[in-house]
Amino acid sequence: MTSPILAQATGVDTGDTAWMLIATALVLMMTPALGLFYAGLVRAKNTLNTFMMCVGAIAVATVTWAAVGYSLAFDEGNGFVGGLGHAFLQDVTFEPRPDTTIPHLLFFAFQATFCIITTALVSGAVVERMRFGAFLVFAGLWSVLVYAVLAHWAFGGGWLQAGGTLDFAGGIPVEMGSGFSAFAAALVVRQRKDYGRQALLPHNSVYALLGAGLLWFGWFGFNGGSGFSTGEPSVLAFVNTLLTPACTLLVWFVLDLMRSRQVTAIGAATAIIVGCVGITPAGGFIGPGWAMLLGALAALPSYAFIVWRPRTGLDETLDVLAAHGLAGLTGILFIGFFAQESWNGVADGLVYGNPAQLGDQALAVLAAPAYAFVATYLILRFVGLIMPLRGTGYDEASGMDVTEHGEEAYTSGEGAILVVPEAGVEEEVAVGRP
Amino acid sequence: MKLVIGVVRPEKANDVLEALYRADVRGLSLSRVQGHGGELDRVETYRGTTVKMGLAEKVRFEIAVSEPFVQPTIDALCEGGRTGEVGDGKVFVVPLEQVVRIRSGEVDRGAVTPVQGS
Repeated sequence: MTSPILAQATGVDTGDTAWMLIATALVLMMTPALGLFYAGLVRAKNTLNTFMMCVGAIAVATVTWAAVGYSLAFDEGNGFVGGLGHAFLQDVTFEPRPDTTIPHLLFFAFQATFCIITTALVSGAVVERMRFGAFLVFAGLWSVLVYAVLAHWAFGGGWLQAGGTLDFAGGIPVEMGSGFSAFAAALVVRQRKDYGRQALLPHNSVYALLGAGLLWFGWFGFNGGSGFSTGEPSVLAFVNTLLTPACTLLVWFVLDLMRSRQVTAIGAATAIIVGCVGITPAGGFIGPGWAMLLGALAALPSYAFIVWRPRTGLDETLDVLAAHGLAGLTGILFIGFFAQESWNGVADGLVYGNPAQLGDQALAVLAAPAYAFVATYLILRFVGLIMPLRGTGYDEASGMDVTEHGEEAYTSGEGAILVVPEAGVEEEVAVGRP
Repeated sequence: MKLVIGVVRPEKANDVLEALYRADVRGLSLSRVQGHGGELDRVETYRGTTVKMGLAEKVRFEIAVSEPFVQPTIDALCEGGRTGEVGDGKVFVVPLEQVVRIRSGEVDRGAVTPVQGS
């Protein structure tokens, strides 16, 4: 419809648009990658159900985002929530969104992938017991009532952004939003029945490592795309996305060595996530040197929490609070200390003579987790009133793959009797003859 | 001496191990098996193919015990393995001709009694 010449005339930059098309696809890939990561961390009998929670998030959150979520996050409104001017993609066209050089439609799609993965992240708290249908209902409500609101605060002109809080790629809505929502979800859905009674071990560490690797790959689009251009902030965030997780990995290795004299693979997969999360809010705001320090520092609270959490009654199954909530919180606060105007062109932090920035960051660290926790708690209580949140003890014991989906991840086919034959059965091939 | 064979639900295997431990029964083998005991078939669907899973996953315990331990072993298998639903499994008790401990050459009662046991 729009010719390249017209596109240029309306302020769309072809280079920026090309990069943002790719970045959007990279971020969408992170959700199946998260499914793989999560599937590796659960028991074999829950592999498919765990993966399907992430696939389900793609289905539900995309639709809610197009319907009202995007508008509530990014349309002009009050400080708390946006308006309904863009509901059902009204006025979301090829015209660039103000302050960007990419089509508004593409901006919408890029932000949609963020809503999807954040919704999928929360499932980590409730896998191996929550019913699939109940999760889909929860995902629909959560993507609008929690994610869109927090995204408005941080990105859409809401009160935190207006007050000067810096969040480059989603430390507030994505990382703290998912982490502290996971905390609430684990409390409402409660422990798995075998929690604390049996060893509940990851069934495939290779899935976890491969998933983490794909997430890291996708994160270059997540952070590198959050400048909405190919400009300097995007390049800085892109490079920091390499530096920070590498430092987190090294520190995690050292912590593992101190704790058990062995470097663990599941630990490494976790460290990659923690490092990527840490740099998410800070990517375009701090220099590469500080980004490496952030990687090292971000490992500490998350590691400590992951060691401590299983000794408590809190079955926050895949440690979303530790890996996303706490690491995101660390990154948000880190900006308050080490933001550097010579790198970001926006603001300095405490170390460079602007203590007020730390105050702005601290405000986000108090407000966003509180909202995410309370809102998620109420949403799940509400969903719990209309339908059971959990499978029965039998469902849990047999595994959610068979009881929720009627499939198994690792079926041998032995003992399976064909009920509905596939069409076009050919004459039986004789076996064992030359 | 008897060989006690218990076929139980995989998800109850841990409970059975715990019950056996509490009954002081030591020394057992465990294997994953597939079988059919008349329970309801489970239907699964993969794309256009619908199948009835005629064989169910079970865990098979094999425990060789001296006479005083026969009943406690059977009790432990039943107590740990029971859910009350169809498909809880079976216990088979068969006489045992001879047992030899390979390391020491001990036979029978000496061989079925674990080293740290009574």
